[in-house]
Amino acid sequence: MSVVAASQVDRRTLIRQSARKSHRRRQIAGVVAAALCGLGLCIALVPLISIVALTVSKGIAAWSVDFFTRLPTPAGIPGGGIVNALVGSLIIDGLAAVMALPVGFIVALFLAEHEGRLANTVRFVVDVAAGLPAITIGLFAYAIVVLPEGHFSALSASVALAVLMLPIAIRAGETAIRTVPQDLWEAGIALGIRRARVARSLVIVSALPGLVTASLLAISRAIGEAAPLLFTAIGSQVFATSLGQPMASLSLVVYFDGIQPYPDLQRTAWGTALTLLVIVMLLNVSSRLLARRMRRFTR
Amino acid sequence: MSAGYVTGGRDRRRLTRHLRLGDRAYRRVLQGFGVFVLVIFVAVGATLFIQAWPAFKHSGPGFVTGTTWDPSHAIYGAVPFIAGTLFTSAIGLALAIPIGIGAAIFLAEYAPRRISGALGMLVELLAAVPSVVYGLWGFLVLGPIFQNTIEPRLSWLPFAHGAPLPVGLLLAGVILAVMVLPTIVAVTRDLANAVPATSREAVFGLGGTRWQMVRTAVLPAIRTGVVGAVVLGLGRALGETMAVTFVIGNTNAVPNSLIAPAQTMASLIANEFTEATEPFHASALLGIAVLLLVIAVIVNALARLLVWSVSREVRETV
Repeated sequence: MSVVAASQVDRRTLIRQSARKSHRRRQIAGVVAAALCGLGLCIALVPLISIVALTVSKGIAAWSVDFFTRLPTPAGIPGGGIVNALVGSLIIDGLAAVMALPVGFIVALFLAEHEGRLANTVRFVVDVAAGLPAITIGLFAYAIVVLPEGHFSALSASVALAVLMLPIAIRAGETAIRTVPQDLWEAGIALGIRRARVARSLVIVSALPGLVTASLLAISRAIGEAAPLLFTAIGSQVFATSLGQPMASLSLVVYFDGIQPYPDLQRTAWGTALTLLVIVMLLNVSSRLLARRMRRFTR
Repeated sequence: MSAGYVTGGRDRRRLTRHLRLGDRAYRRVLQGFGVFVLVIFVAVGATLFIQAWPAFKHSGPGFVTGTTWDPSHAIYGAVPFIAGTLFTSAIGLALAIPIGIGAAIFLAEYAPRRISGALGMLVELLAAVPSVVYGLWGFLVLGPIFQNTIEPRLSWLPFAHGAPLPVGLLLAGVILAVMVLPTIVAVTRDLANAVPATSREAVFGLGGTRWQMVRTAVLPAIRTGVVGAVVLGLGRALGETMAVTFVIGNTNAVPNSLIAPAQTMASLIANEFTEATEPFHASALLGIAVLLLVIAVIVNALARLLVWSVSREVRETV
């Protein structure tokens, strides 16, 4: 009797001890894992914050009224600006958006309304195309616009950026159109309205905030791209407004001035980088706010 | 899904059997635009291939196996650039995967909700920073740090011999890591947040610690999605031009050291295309673009199929 009790007590302490040991081991493993994950976050944040902080501080140092209103000057001569690149980016990206967004949203409507082999193929190809290297798209625009015309031009740059924006516009547009309640579509059909009219007057109108969000995202992606412009717009030191001429762009200024060994050109590069950063962030934040507002509205 | 704007399957077929003339035309127009988009993206590949054909014919299979790139003697071999592209991307992912997943797990599982939300949004915004800004930072800020502080201390490593330079393979890889980090963190965090509370509570209910919960309930559930995100990041790293061109060092040889200057496929095109006047030079650069395109298409198709299989899994379990 007492022997059994003794062994039971032994077992109990044994179990308690091993449980305590296991608990301690698991606690230590948990603390180590959490520390490693936290370390990962710190390592990830250091370069990202450094990029933003340095771009802001060095960029603001380069900013002035002249910076936004003057043409670039050669290295060593102060007072140069980027007004031609600012206007150039606006023209190139604006024209690209005009070319890409309507087509993109019609295809988005097609993907949202239709199922079948064609729709699935288009969706897959568009998804893959969204990951194409931007420089290969630049070469494509070079081959189909610059080569036949015989000169570099803003138009060819717009073609390149339009091809680049198309997949983003299509997928973001499809997401936006799919948030429109199906009842609306069915109600239109039940009234005997033509499908094209239903799409135009009910679906597109209801999806409009989402489509604006999609447009902003596509434009913000395109405006920062420099690689497709290297062989198309090619950059310019003068104020070009004709689509048939080489044109300056913000992203090209960051690259061409940034790789120069002259401090004042590097200053211009930082200032232009900050300008780009501000534009891209404004586009992203406003598209985010719009999306949140829309979600509240549909709810 | 059923609430969304699409009428799928049988219902749709029944509805579309008796279409009016106008409706049928509308459908044809939409299909036409779909075909148009397909044509554009097929045309990208076809155009590049046609332009590259003279160089392919000139160099033969040596174009993909040759290690010499000498435009003045019309010798074109792509191996140095394929190697440079693969090495930089490998370095980038090797750094970004553990750091990114760790950071995302910390944000999703350990950090207080408010901090997690704010940092998560910050990271997502950073994914939108133009690559040329990453390049500028890498060239003017990180490059000198690498040359003066980091690379002299790496000489004990194998394959890290050579003079420290403000450019090179390792620096390009690190820039790529910084660039793909936001994407990996954002996707992993979203996936982890989507793991149902019941599977977390099951582990806690058995007396598991938080880390055991992460290891047994969260990580297995998000594995495929994370792999998809990593492959998408790989696609981005392979084709990245501007950030790499700033810091790679533009040396057309197979790199023999981790810190040696090198050249990737994309940076080669960016550097040489506007000055390509030798015979077959421009065509050979377009050939490099075709190789890059093929690799990018394979990687992206793979990522897409992975992501699709994840969403199907999710649909089946729900």
